Parts: sequence; structure tokens; C-alpha cells
Amino acid sequence: MSQLEVEDLEVYYETEEGPAQAVDGVSFELEEGENLGIVGESGCGKTTLAKAIIGILPDAGYINDGSINFQGDDLTEMTNAQRRRLKWEEISMIAQSAMNSLDPVYTIREQIVEAIETHRPGTGRVESDEIVTEMFELVGLDPERADDYPHQFSGGMRQRAMIAMALALEPSLMLADEPTTALDVIMQDQILKRMASIQEEINSSMMVITHDVSVVAETCDRVIVMYAGKIAEEGPVEEIFDQPYHPYTIGLKRAFPNIRKSSQDLLSISGYPPELIDPPQGCRFAERCPMATDKCREEEPEAHYKNGLRSYCHYADEIDAELRPYADDPTTWNQAAAATDGGVGE
Amino acid sequence: MSGNDVLLEVDDLKKHFKVNQGWIASLVESFGSGEPDYVHAVDGVSFELREGETLGLAGESGCGKTTTGMSLVKLHDPTAGDIVYDDTRLSEASDAEIKQFRQNAQMIFQDPFESLNPRMTVYDTVAEPLRIHNIRNETARVQRALEFAELLPPEQYYDQYPHELSGGQRQRVAIARALVLDPDFIVADEPVSMLDVSLRAGVLSLLDRMTDEFGLSVVYISHDLSLLRHMCDRLAIMYMGKIVEKGPTDEIIENPQHPYTQALINAVPVPDPGVGRERVELQGEVGDVIDIPTGCRFKNRCSEYIGDVCDQVVPPLEAKTDFEQDVACHLYDSAEGYDPYQDVTGSPSAAETGEEPESTPADD
Repeated sequence: MSQLEVEDLEVYYETEEGPAQAVDGVSFELEEGENLGIVGESGCGKTTLAKAIIGILPDAGYINDGSINFQGDDLTEMTNAQRRRLKWEEISMIAQSAMNSLDPVYTIREQIVEAIETHRPGTGRVESDEIVTEMFELVGLDPERADDYPHQFSGGMRQRAMIAMALALEPSLMLADEPTTALDVIMQDQILKRMASIQEEINSSMMVITHDVSVVAETCDRVIVMYAGKIAEEGPVEEIFDQPYHPYTIGLKRAFPNIRKSSQDLLSISGYPPELIDPPQGCRFAERCPMATDKCREEEPEAHYKNGLRSYCHYADEIDAELRPYADDPTTWNQAAAATDGGVGE
Repeated sequence: MSGNDVLLEVDDLKKHFKVNQGWIASLVESFGSGEPDYVHAVDGVSFELREGETLGLAGESGCGKTTTGMSLVKLHDPTAGDIVYDDTRLSEASDAEIKQFRQNAQMIFQDPFESLNPRMTVYDTVAEPLRIHNIRNETARVQRALEFAELLPPEQYYDQYPHELSGGQRQRVAIARALVLDPDFIVADEPVSMLDVSLRAGVLSLLDRMTDEFGLSVVYISHDLSLLRHMCDRLAIMYMGKIVEKGPTDEIIENPQHPYTQALINAVPVPDPGVGRERVELQGEVGDVIDIPTGCRFKNRCSEYIGDVCDQVVPPLEAKTDFEQDVACHLYDSAEGYDPYQDVTGSPSAAETGEEPESTPADD
């Protein structure tokens, strides 16, 4: 049994014009100790997915359908009290902005101790302090600074304090939402490295949510590419980067400059993701895809399984057989951009 | 396209901010030093910008790259040093010359949500610089600028307000506004970091066209070395207000010499799971820019520290014998024959004299 099994999950947001289908029929599994990356543009539903799993959806958000099985229990069936118990202890979250996630009027120590005592009422102060020291050492912070307030820490230190807090109860699943996006590259590198070694030590699994494909390439075993609330493609990180079948994966990969390459044409995916209140009936990417046909606009693609990948594209076989060079060529996309330019105002 | 004519020369530029002055006070507090004096945001930076060239300024937050960029377009007045444009030293320029300079020096900011006035339409936003500089032919120029920025057809955007546009479109409006005066050079401060991944390449190729079609010089400011490698002819790596390495982009990325540059480049993740990279752990964090250490500013984090010379002598940014780029590091032999060891003394105070903070920085 997998540690986490998400099945046909639908998470909607109530809006004045009707429900926005932020996550729409997403299924995947996460094995114990595994590192799963979720990539996609803003608004693709990756953060909503994480919030649904840990149970911190905003008021307007609700789970419309589907299940989230965590270690055999369906989270969607649980009461709030049951979910609260899981939070931090079994599932913890490292948010993007540590600045906003730490309480400015309490010291870091007080905040970590509070989390420990809430979840393990019997824990004495001495033991809690020991955990704080241990966690600070683990993330590379001086334990003597635990009595500082968040504003006394630099951005990188705050992010590490946030990780220390997320780890304090040794959760079996960590959700990291853009854990290093706000940080400088050297700090990012140190934190990613630190997270990897900690994870190995406490054998937890992790979901890394990011827009940065290079972070995923370096930290994850498996990747889910999301687009407009749905999974576009999923599979082992090597295959996703080497031989993807979905045009969106190919495009996203080529949109990033690589420091190891001197001259490279970047690819621009023209247009914008569709409105999720009234999503298109066919493939959601069809409007921006340079290879889309009428079939794409009308029929929703089924899963295509090959080479360890699950790809939602009608033409996965054709891409594999002959179209990949065409899809991998920025001019293909730029011509499509020129043809559809203008009139994309929101 | 890159000519070799120098368009802009930056000569030992310094910008120091007085501590306890507005927003900078909180910044300084977080550094937690004893009796702060001045923040040495930019502390002796020299480089030239050639015609048609793209130059990247790279470094971590707080290294002074944005302050340098803002000084280039005269959004800051330097504390010391000068900028020479078109044979004119800006410190000695007349008002008319400054106005001429401002017309030729434009800036694109990181966040198009903040850099555009929410109450102005796209047309007025782009036309405003023309009005300020009394330039005729407004409509045709605005139209052409929007066309260049690929906001097509331009008329459709004239009456729109920033909130009606997406992030990518807003940044295109900011680019159109920067281009409408036909400037000589543009400073682009993290021009795509707020944009969604799929849209970045579009804006980047637009910026590329600026240099190709108009022969504009561009200074890109970014912490993203992958991006700078893609965009720039030359790079300058900054650390604590100084340039530590400067030269052709490919040389610096493939063959970095300064220990800081090496660490910085090694920290950049690669979007290819097959590529393993050597990871150098850099100790500590960026040092204190108020109470500047003597000698090399990187010495406390440096894996190659070689003793007194690093402690006492500020390494000059200079040509070295063995490679193309200029490096500010004592590890390498000076091409000019400078011997830093002659400046090493028993007491560190002698070497310090060049590093005394300005006694009366002209700050406002």
C-alpha cells in the first residue's frame, strides 16, 4: 500500500460566477520515502492540491469529490479534530514565505515548543528544548539563536527555522510549497541539500511543489506536470526530462535556460491557461498547443501509458514516433504564437 | 552587432546610505551590528558599457547590483565616483545635459504590478515620457512602441488599465514605455522574475530583439545566472558592493576564477536529472556591509583563504596573466605586475586606509 493515494480528487473554489475547478480529477500515489515533484504554472492547481492534502483550504475551497488516502485512512472523511492531529505530526508543510508563516511576536523556540506540546501533551519542557536543539542542528542553525524572534533572522535562516519546525514532530510526509523560491541561489542550494539529507535520516516522503523544473530535476524521484487543474503527465524524473510525450512538458522544459548551455533558443508558450470556471471540454492545453487538432479541442484525452510515463495527450504515440523534434523546436511554438497573437486580454 | 565603442563608463562608483533613515533602518537592524554608520551598498565599482552590448550584473540579494543599476540611470546620486556618458561626466553635467541623459537612460523594473500607475491607461503610461520631454508625434510613437512590445493591435490596449492586463502584458507595457524615447541604453532589473515560466521566454525574446534591432545596450540585473548566460555578452559578479569578477559570459560561467563566482555557479540547479554537479558548500552568510572588513570581503567564507594578504590587502579588480576575465583575488598573478604582498604589514591598519568610509557622504 502506498503511503498516500489520491483518487479522482476534485477541489473547487466557490466564486460568484460558479465553482472554479482548481483541481479536477487528479489521481496519483506516493510511496514511502519517495520524493515527488509537482510542477506547473501559477494557477495550475499545485498549491491547492497540497492545501487539500494537509487540510488548510481557504473558506471558499472545498473537496467536491474523490479521496485522499493517507496510510489507509481517507482524509476527506475525517473530522477537523482528527485532521488537526495529523497536521505537523504526520503531515507537515513548508510554505513558500517563511516570513508570513512564523508568528512575529513569539520566539522561534516558543513556536516550535508550542507545536510539540499541542501534539504530544505529555512532553516536558526539557524534552521539548532538546528537540529544538536537535532540529536547529539538523537544519544548520545555531541552537543558541532559538530564542530569537523571526525578524532577527535573515530570509535563509527563517526558511531553515520553518523547516526545523516542520520536522520537529518527525512527520512521515512533508509538503514543501516553493520551499526555496524566495531565496538566493546559494541558500537555495544549501537548503535543498539539507532537506535531502534530513529526509534520508528520518525516512519521510516529500512532495515538492514548484514552478522551477531545475529544482525538480535535482531533488525528485518522480514528477507530476499539472496544467489547468489536471495532470498532464506523470512519471520518473529521468523519463519526464528525456522522453516526455506531452507537448506541455516539452514546452515547459524548453522554456527554462540552462546554465550549462551557451546558446539556446528558449521557447515561449503563448497565451494563458483557460478559465477554470468554465474549462474547455477537450484537452485543456489545446488552445496553446501548436499541434492541437479538432480532436484535441473536442475530446478529453485518456491516459497513455508508456515507458513508465502516464501522459494525457491524444498524440503521445505520434510524438514518440516522429513529432518530438518538431515539438522540441522553439520555432514551432513561436509560429503558433505569431498566429494567435493579439486579443488575449483577460 | 556589438561595437566596441564605449557608451557609458562607470568610474569607481560608490553609493552609501546613511543608517536609520527610513526603510533602510529596518534593513540595517537585521544585520544587527553595534554602532552602524553607513551601508556601503555600492563601494567602488568600475566598468564600461559598450554600444550594442548586453552586460549582466549578478550576485545575491544585498550585493549592490540594484543600487548600481539605479545609479546608472540617475535614480540615485552617487556618494563618490562618477559616470561618464558621451564624454560628459554626469557630476559636472548641466541641467540640459542631464535631461538629455535621462531621455537616453531608461529602466525596466522587476514588478510590473508596482511599476505601472494603476490609474493611468496604457496609452497615457507610454505617452507620459514623451510629454515630459516635449516630444511630438505622440500617437505614432506610442503605437510603434506598443507594436514593438507585441501588444497587437496597439489600439486595443490604449484605453486599458494595468489591472485589466496580465503580468506578461504589463511587463510589455513597461518595455514599451522604456523604448518610446528611443534610449541608448536600458537597465532591466530582474525583468522576468515575477512572470510565469511559460511567459518568460516571450518577454526575454522581446528584450533580445531590443538589442538586435535597435542596437540598444542593456544592463541586466539578476540573481539568475542561467538567465544571464542566455542574455548577456559580458558579466560582472558582485559581492558586498564590489565587483569580484568581470569578463565574457562564457568564460565566467565555464571557467570561473574567483572562489565566490565558483561557489555561485556551482549552486545553480541544472534542469537535467542526468547531470550531476559538484556542490561546494559555502559557509556563513554575506558579511556586514556597514562595518566593512579589512582586506578581501569574501575572506571569511573563502575556501582558498591564504592568510595575511587576504586579511589586509583589498584585492583590486584587475587583469590576470592566465585568463581573459578580470578578477579581484590574490590567488592569481596580476597582468599589470601588481604585487599585493608589498602592502602586507605587521599591523592591518596600513592596508585599511583605502577602505575608510566616506566621512561626509552626500546622501539625501
